[in-house]
Amino acid sequence: MIAVLPTTVFVQLAVATRVDATIFAIAAVMILSGAIGVVVARNPVHSALMLVLTLFGVAVLFVEQQANFLAAVQVIVYAGAIVVLFLFVIMFLGVDRRENIAIDPLPAQRPLAVGLVALGLAGLLLLGVAAHWSVGAHSVAGQARGQSGGDVAALGRSVFTTYLFPFEVTAALLVIAVVGAVVLARRPPRAHRAGTETTALPTDSPPQGSPDGEDVVGDPMVALAEAVANAVASGVVDVTEDEHEELPVGETGR
Amino acid sequence: MSLSGDWYLGLAAVLFAIGAFGLLVRRNVLVMFMCVELMLNAANLTLVTFARMLNDVGGQALVFFVLVVAAAEVVVGLGIVVAIFRRRAGEGATADDLHIMKG
Repeated sequence: MIAVLPTTVFVQLAVATRVDATIFAIAAVMILSGAIGVVVARNPVHSALMLVLTLFGVAVLFVEQQANFLAAVQVIVYAGAIVVLFLFVIMFLGVDRRENIAIDPLPAQRPLAVGLVALGLAGLLLLGVAAHWSVGAHSVAGQARGQSGGDVAALGRSVFTTYLFPFEVTAALLVIAVVGAVVLARRPPRAHRAGTETTALPTDSPPQGSPDGEDVVGDPMVALAEAVANAVASGVVDVTEDEHEELPVGETGR
Repeated sequence: MSLSGDWYLGLAAVLFAIGAFGLLVRRNVLVMFMCVELMLNAANLTLVTFARMLNDVGGQALVFFVLVVAAAEVVVGLGIVVAIFRRRAGEGATADDLHIMKG
Protein backbone atom coordinates (compact mmCIF):
# COMPACT_ATOMS: atom_id res chain seq x y z
CA MET A 1 0.00 0.00 0.00
CA ILE A 2 2.77 2.40 0.91
CA ALA A 3 4.70 1.43 -2.18
CA VAL A 4 1.66 1.82 -4.43
CA LEU A 5 0.65 5.29 -3.24
CA PRO A 6 3.56 7.31 -4.72
CA THR A 7 3.22 5.63 -8.09
CA THR A 8 -0.53 6.36 -8.29
CA VAL A 9 0.12 9.96 -7.32
CA PHE A 10 2.81 10.14 -9.95
CA VAL A 11 0.52 8.59 -12.57
CA GLN A 12 -2.24 11.04 -11.69
CA LEU A 13 0.22 13.90 -11.89
CA ALA A 14 1.47 12.71 -15.25
CA VAL A 15 -2.05 12.31 -16.60
CA ALA A 16 -3.00 15.77 -15.30
CA THR A 17 0.07 17.28 -16.89
CA ARG A 18 -0.68 15.55 -20.17
CA VAL A 19 -4.25 16.85 -20.10
CA ASP A 20 -3.00 20.33 -19.30
CA ALA A 21 -0.46 20.15 -22.09
CA THR A 22 -3.15 19.04 -24.53
CA ILE A 23 -5.45 21.87 -23.48
CA PHE A 24 -2.60 24.33 -23.77
CA ALA A 25 -1.71 23.05 -27.24
CA ILE A 26 -5.30 23.32 -28.47
CA ALA A 27 -5.68 26.81 -27.00
CA ALA A 28 -2.35 27.88 -28.46
CA VAL A 29 -3.39 26.69 -31.91
CA MET A 30 -6.67 28.59 -31.53
CA ILE A 31 -4.90 31.76 -30.42
CA LEU A 32 -2.20 31.74 -33.07
CA SER A 33 -4.43 30.77 -35.98
CA GLY A 34 -6.94 33.41 -34.91
CA ALA A 35 -4.25 36.07 -34.63
CA ILE A 36 -2.79 35.21 -38.03
CA GLY A 37 -6.31 35.21 -39.42
CA VAL A 38 -6.92 38.72 -38.07
CA VAL A 39 -3.79 39.97 -39.80
CA VAL A 40 -4.15 38.24 -43.17
CA ALA A 41 -7.93 38.28 -43.69
CA ARG A 42 -8.91 40.59 -46.51
CA ASN A 43 -12.45 41.11 -45.27
CA PRO A 44 -12.75 43.02 -41.97
CA VAL A 45 -15.71 40.86 -40.94
CA HIS A 46 -13.51 37.78 -41.18
CA SER A 47 -10.88 39.57 -39.12
CA ALA A 48 -13.45 40.23 -36.40
CA LEU A 49 -14.54 36.57 -36.36
CA MET A 50 -10.94 35.43 -36.18
CA LEU A 51 -10.50 37.81 -33.26
CA VAL A 52 -13.28 35.92 -31.45
CA LEU A 53 -11.30 32.69 -31.91
CA THR A 54 -8.22 34.26 -30.34
CA LEU A 55 -10.21 35.71 -27.45
CA PHE A 56 -11.76 32.34 -26.67
CA GLY A 57 -8.34 30.73 -26.70
CA VAL A 58 -7.07 33.32 -24.24
CA ALA A 59 -10.12 32.67 -22.05
CA VAL A 60 -9.29 28.94 -22.05
CA LEU A 61 -5.76 29.73 -20.89
CA PHE A 62 -7.21 31.99 -18.16
CA VAL A 63 -9.27 29.06 -16.86
CA GLU A 64 -6.22 26.85 -17.13
CA GLN A 65 -4.39 29.26 -14.80
CA GLN A 66 -7.16 29.44 -12.20
CA ALA A 67 -8.37 32.89 -13.26
CA ASN A 68 -11.98 31.84 -13.67
CA PHE A 69 -13.54 35.25 -13.11
CA LEU A 70 -11.26 36.88 -15.65
CA ALA A 71 -12.09 34.15 -18.17
CA ALA A 72 -15.80 34.86 -17.78
CA VAL A 73 -15.21 38.60 -18.06
CA GLN A 74 -13.01 38.02 -21.09
CA VAL A 75 -15.78 36.15 -22.88
CA ILE A 76 -18.52 38.58 -21.84
CA VAL A 77 -16.68 41.86 -22.39
CA TYR A 78 -14.46 41.01 -25.32
CA ALA A 79 -16.38 38.44 -27.32
CA GLY A 80 -19.77 39.71 -26.22
CA ALA A 81 -19.33 43.46 -26.37
CA ILE A 82 -16.17 44.59 -28.12
CA VAL A 83 -16.34 42.26 -31.10
CA VAL A 84 -20.05 42.98 -31.52
CA LEU A 85 -19.19 46.68 -31.47
CA PHE A 86 -16.57 46.07 -34.15
CA LEU A 87 -19.06 44.18 -36.31
CA PHE A 88 -21.65 46.91 -35.77
CA VAL A 89 -19.24 49.60 -36.94
CA ILE A 90 -18.01 47.53 -39.89
CA MET A 91 -21.51 46.92 -41.16
CA PHE A 92 -22.77 50.39 -40.24
CA LEU A 93 -20.02 52.05 -42.24
CA GLY A 94 -20.17 49.53 -45.07
CA VAL A 95 -16.43 49.02 -45.14
CA ASP A 96 -16.74 45.25 -45.44
CA ARG A 97 -15.46 45.08 -48.97
CA ARG A 98 -12.38 43.12 -49.68
CA GLU A 99 -9.07 44.83 -49.48
CA ASN A 100 -6.28 43.87 -51.81
CA ILE A 101 -3.43 43.29 -49.39
CA ALA A 102 -1.06 42.22 -52.16
CA ILE A 103 -0.53 45.88 -53.06
CA ASP A 104 2.00 47.57 -50.82
CA PRO A 105 2.10 51.36 -51.24
CA LEU A 106 5.30 51.68 -49.26
CA PRO A 107 7.77 49.15 -50.67
CA ALA A 108 10.04 48.91 -47.63
CA GLN A 109 7.26 48.71 -45.07
CA ARG A 110 6.71 44.98 -44.84
CA PRO A 111 10.34 43.86 -44.69
CA LEU A 112 10.96 46.58 -42.15
CA ALA A 113 7.98 45.47 -40.07
CA VAL A 114 9.10 41.84 -40.21
CA GLY A 115 12.61 42.82 -39.16
CA LEU A 116 11.46 45.04 -36.32
CA VAL A 117 9.00 42.52 -34.94
CA ALA A 118 11.45 39.63 -35.23
CA LEU A 119 14.11 41.69 -33.47
CA GLY A 120 11.75 42.65 -30.66
CA LEU A 121 10.47 39.11 -30.24
CA ALA A 122 13.97 37.65 -30.20
CA GLY A 123 15.08 40.19 -27.63
CA LEU A 124 12.07 39.50 -25.47
CA LEU A 125 12.47 35.74 -25.56
CA LEU A 126 16.20 36.01 -24.92
CA LEU A 127 15.62 38.26 -21.92
CA GLY A 128 12.94 35.93 -20.63
CA VAL A 129 15.11 32.84 -20.87
CA ALA A 130 18.09 34.65 -19.36
CA ALA A 131 16.04 35.91 -16.41
CA HIS A 132 14.18 32.60 -15.99
CA TRP A 133 11.02 34.45 -16.98
CA SER A 134 10.00 35.63 -13.57
CA VAL A 135 11.92 37.44 -10.92
CA GLY A 136 10.42 39.24 -7.97
CA ALA A 137 8.77 38.82 -4.64
CA HIS A 138 5.90 36.41 -4.17
CA SER A 139 2.42 37.39 -3.02
CA VAL A 140 3.02 41.12 -2.56
CA ALA A 141 -0.58 42.20 -3.15
CA GLY A 142 -2.11 39.13 -1.60
CA GLN A 143 -2.18 35.45 -2.45
CA ALA A 144 -4.01 34.41 -5.56
CA ARG A 145 -4.53 30.82 -4.44
CA GLY A 146 -5.52 29.25 -1.18
CA GLN A 147 -7.91 31.98 -0.08
CA SER A 148 -11.43 31.20 0.99
CA GLY A 149 -13.90 31.70 -1.83
CA GLY A 150 -11.45 30.94 -4.62
CA ASP A 151 -10.11 33.36 -7.18
CA VAL A 152 -13.30 35.39 -7.41
CA ALA A 153 -13.23 36.27 -3.72
CA ALA A 154 -9.47 36.91 -3.80
CA LEU A 155 -9.83 39.26 -6.76
CA GLY A 156 -12.82 40.99 -5.22
CA ARG A 157 -11.02 41.54 -1.92
CA SER A 158 -8.01 42.91 -3.76
CA VAL A 159 -10.02 45.26 -5.98
CA PHE A 160 -12.15 46.59 -3.15
CA THR A 161 -9.35 47.06 -0.64
CA THR A 162 -5.89 47.46 -2.13
CA TYR A 163 -7.02 48.80 -5.47
CA LEU A 164 -10.08 50.73 -4.36
CA PHE A 165 -8.92 54.10 -5.66
CA PRO A 166 -8.02 52.79 -9.15
CA PHE A 167 -11.40 51.08 -9.18
CA GLU A 168 -13.13 54.40 -8.51
CA VAL A 169 -11.04 56.02 -11.22
CA THR A 170 -12.21 53.41 -13.72
CA ALA A 171 -15.78 54.47 -12.98
CA ALA A 172 -14.88 58.04 -13.94
CA LEU A 173 -13.05 56.72 -17.00
CA LEU A 174 -16.11 54.81 -18.18
CA VAL A 175 -18.33 57.86 -17.76
CA ILE A 176 -15.86 59.97 -19.71
CA ALA A 177 -15.73 57.33 -22.45
CA VAL A 178 -19.52 57.20 -22.73
CA VAL A 179 -19.81 60.98 -22.93
CA GLY A 180 -16.98 61.13 -25.45
CA ALA A 181 -18.58 58.47 -27.63
CA VAL A 182 -21.91 60.27 -27.59
CA VAL A 183 -20.27 63.58 -28.50
CA LEU A 184 -18.22 61.98 -31.27
CA ALA A 185 -21.01 59.96 -32.82
CA ARG A 186 -23.65 62.68 -32.64
CA ARG A 187 -24.95 63.90 -35.95
CA PRO A 188 -24.42 67.63 -36.47
CA PRO A 189 -27.71 69.48 -35.84
CA ARG A 190 -29.60 70.51 -38.95
CA ALA A 191 -31.52 73.78 -39.04
CA HIS A 192 -34.08 72.28 -41.40
CA ARG A 193 -35.11 69.48 -39.07
CA ALA A 194 -35.22 71.81 -36.08
CA GLY A 195 -37.55 74.16 -37.98
CA THR A 196 -40.06 71.46 -38.88
CA GLU A 197 -40.10 70.22 -35.29
CA THR A 198 -40.99 73.61 -33.87
CA THR A 199 -43.67 74.30 -36.47
CA ALA A 200 -45.41 71.15 -35.31
CA LEU A 201 -45.97 72.83 -31.96
CA PRO A 202 -48.77 75.32 -32.79
CA THR A 203 -50.84 72.78 -34.74
CA ASP A 204 -51.63 70.86 -31.61
CA SER A 205 -51.35 73.67 -29.09
CA PRO A 206 -54.87 75.12 -29.48
CA PRO A 207 -57.05 73.17 -27.08
CA GLN A 208 -60.01 72.51 -29.35
CA GLY A 209 -58.15 72.29 -32.66
CA SER A 210 -58.23 74.92 -35.35
CA PRO A 211 -59.72 73.94 -38.74
CA ASP A 212 -56.63 74.61 -40.85
CA GLY A 213 -53.91 74.11 -38.29
CA GLU A 214 -52.18 71.34 -40.24
CA ASP A 215 -50.89 73.40 -43.14
CA VAL A 216 -49.24 76.05 -41.02
CA VAL A 217 -45.57 76.20 -41.89
CA GLY A 218 -42.83 78.77 -41.63
CA ASP A 219 -41.85 80.86 -38.66
CA PRO A 220 -43.09 79.27 -35.45
CA MET A 221 -44.14 82.54 -33.87
CA VAL A 222 -46.13 83.52 -36.98
CA ALA A 223 -47.71 80.07 -36.99
CA LEU A 224 -48.58 80.41 -33.32
CA ALA A 225 -50.17 83.80 -33.93
CA GLU A 226 -52.15 82.38 -36.85
CA ALA A 227 -53.38 79.47 -34.78
CA VAL A 228 -54.49 81.81 -32.02
CA ALA A 229 -56.19 84.03 -34.57
CA ASN A 230 -58.03 81.02 -36.03
CA ALA A 231 -59.15 79.97 -32.59
CA VAL A 232 -60.37 83.48 -31.86
CA ALA A 233 -62.21 83.69 -35.20
CA SER A 234 -64.00 80.39 -34.64
CA GLY A 235 -65.16 81.61 -31.23
CA VAL A 236 -63.29 79.02 -29.22
CA VAL A 237 -61.14 81.49 -27.32
CA ASP A 238 -62.47 84.65 -25.80
CA VAL A 239 -59.89 87.32 -26.52
CA THR A 240 -60.98 89.66 -23.81
CA GLU A 241 -60.45 87.19 -21.04
CA ASP A 242 -57.68 84.70 -21.40
CA GLU A 243 -55.56 85.10 -24.47
CA HIS A 244 -52.51 85.39 -22.32
CA GLU A 245 -53.39 82.22 -20.48
CA GLU A 246 -53.73 80.23 -23.67
CA LEU A 247 -50.15 80.63 -24.75
CA PRO A 248 -48.49 79.20 -21.63
CA VAL A 249 -50.73 76.12 -21.88
CA GLY A 250 -49.48 75.57 -25.39
CA GLU A 251 -45.93 76.03 -24.24
CA THR A 252 -46.18 73.52 -21.46
CA GLY A 253 -47.91 71.07 -23.77
CA ARG A 254 -44.69 70.79 -25.68
CA MET B 1 -0.74 20.88 -12.15
CA SER B 2 -0.53 23.28 -15.00
CA LEU B 3 2.32 23.64 -17.37
CA SER B 4 5.18 25.85 -16.32
CA GLY B 5 4.78 29.54 -17.01
CA ASP B 6 7.45 29.61 -19.73
CA TRP B 7 5.05 28.22 -22.29
CA TYR B 8 2.39 30.79 -21.56
CA LEU B 9 4.85 33.67 -21.64
CA GLY B 10 6.36 32.49 -24.91
CA LEU B 11 2.91 32.17 -26.45
CA ALA B 12 1.99 35.64 -25.22
CA ALA B 13 5.19 37.06 -26.73
CA VAL B 14 4.38 35.48 -30.10
CA LEU B 15 0.81 36.77 -29.92
CA PHE B 16 2.07 40.27 -29.17
CA ALA B 17 4.49 40.04 -32.10
CA ILE B 18 1.70 39.02 -34.48
CA GLY B 19 -0.43 41.92 -33.26
CA ALA B 20 2.41 44.41 -33.64
CA PHE B 21 3.17 43.12 -37.13
CA GLY B 22 -0.46 43.48 -38.15
CA LEU B 23 -0.62 46.99 -36.72
CA LEU B 24 2.44 47.98 -38.76
CA VAL B 25 1.36 46.31 -41.98
CA ARG B 26 -2.41 46.62 -42.32
CA ARG B 27 -4.04 49.82 -43.55
CA ASN B 28 -7.69 49.31 -42.67
CA VAL B 29 -8.34 51.32 -39.52
CA LEU B 30 -10.67 48.71 -38.02
CA VAL B 31 -8.22 45.86 -38.59
CA MET B 32 -5.49 47.97 -36.98
CA PHE B 33 -7.78 48.33 -33.98
CA MET B 34 -8.20 44.57 -33.82
CA CYS B 35 -4.44 44.16 -33.86
CA VAL B 36 -4.24 46.50 -30.86
CA GLU B 37 -6.73 44.20 -29.16
CA LEU B 38 -4.47 41.24 -29.90
CA MET B 39 -1.57 43.02 -28.24
CA LEU B 40 -3.70 43.88 -25.21
CA ASN B 41 -4.71 40.24 -24.91
CA ALA B 42 -1.09 39.15 -25.05
CA ALA B 43 -0.33 41.53 -22.19
CA ASN B 44 -3.30 40.18 -20.24
CA LEU B 45 -2.13 36.62 -20.72
CA THR B 46 1.30 37.60 -19.46
CA LEU B 47 -0.18 39.26 -16.38
CA VAL B 48 -2.33 36.25 -15.51
CA THR B 49 0.66 33.97 -15.97
CA PHE B 50 2.79 36.07 -13.64
CA ALA B 51 -0.06 36.13 -11.15
CA ARG B 52 0.04 32.36 -11.13
CA MET B 53 3.83 32.05 -11.08
CA LEU B 54 4.26 34.51 -8.21
CA ASN B 55 0.98 33.55 -6.51
CA ASP B 56 0.04 37.23 -6.44
CA VAL B 57 -3.48 38.45 -7.03
CA GLY B 58 -2.23 41.88 -8.14
CA GLY B 59 -1.68 40.57 -11.66
CA GLN B 60 -5.29 39.52 -11.95
CA ALA B 61 -6.47 42.87 -10.59
CA LEU B 62 -4.36 44.59 -13.22
CA VAL B 63 -5.97 42.46 -15.93
CA PHE B 64 -9.33 43.61 -14.61
CA PHE B 65 -8.32 47.24 -15.07
CA VAL B 66 -6.83 46.55 -18.49
CA LEU B 67 -10.17 45.11 -19.57
CA VAL B 68 -11.97 48.28 -18.46
CA VAL B 69 -9.48 50.52 -20.23
CA ALA B 70 -9.68 48.38 -23.36
CA ALA B 71 -13.46 48.69 -23.43
CA ALA B 72 -13.26 52.48 -23.04
CA GLU B 73 -10.56 52.67 -25.68
CA VAL B 74 -12.59 50.68 -28.18
CA VAL B 75 -15.68 52.81 -27.59
CA VAL B 76 -13.86 56.11 -28.10
CA GLY B 77 -11.77 54.77 -30.97
CA LEU B 78 -14.75 53.46 -32.87
CA GLY B 79 -16.55 56.74 -32.19
CA ILE B 80 -13.64 58.57 -33.83
CA VAL B 81 -13.72 56.14 -36.76
CA VAL B 82 -17.45 56.68 -37.23
CA ALA B 83 -16.98 60.47 -37.07
CA ILE B 84 -14.17 60.35 -39.64
CA PHE B 85 -16.14 58.15 -42.01
CA ARG B 86 -19.20 60.35 -41.71
CA ARG B 87 -17.13 63.42 -42.49
CA ARG B 88 -15.45 61.82 -45.48
CA ALA B 89 -18.40 59.94 -46.90
CA GLY B 90 -17.57 57.74 -49.87
CA GLU B 91 -13.83 58.19 -49.62
CA GLY B 92 -11.17 55.70 -48.70
CA ALA B 93 -11.28 53.36 -45.72
CA THR B 94 -7.58 53.18 -44.97
CA ALA B 95 -5.19 54.96 -42.68
CA ASP B 96 -3.30 56.34 -45.70
CA ASP B 97 -6.31 58.42 -46.69
CA LEU B 98 -6.28 60.33 -43.42
CA HIS B 99 -3.68 62.97 -44.14
CA ILE B 100 -5.61 66.12 -43.26
CA MET B 101 -3.08 67.08 -40.61
CA LYS B 102 -0.11 66.48 -42.90
CA GLY B 103 2.13 69.55 -42.93
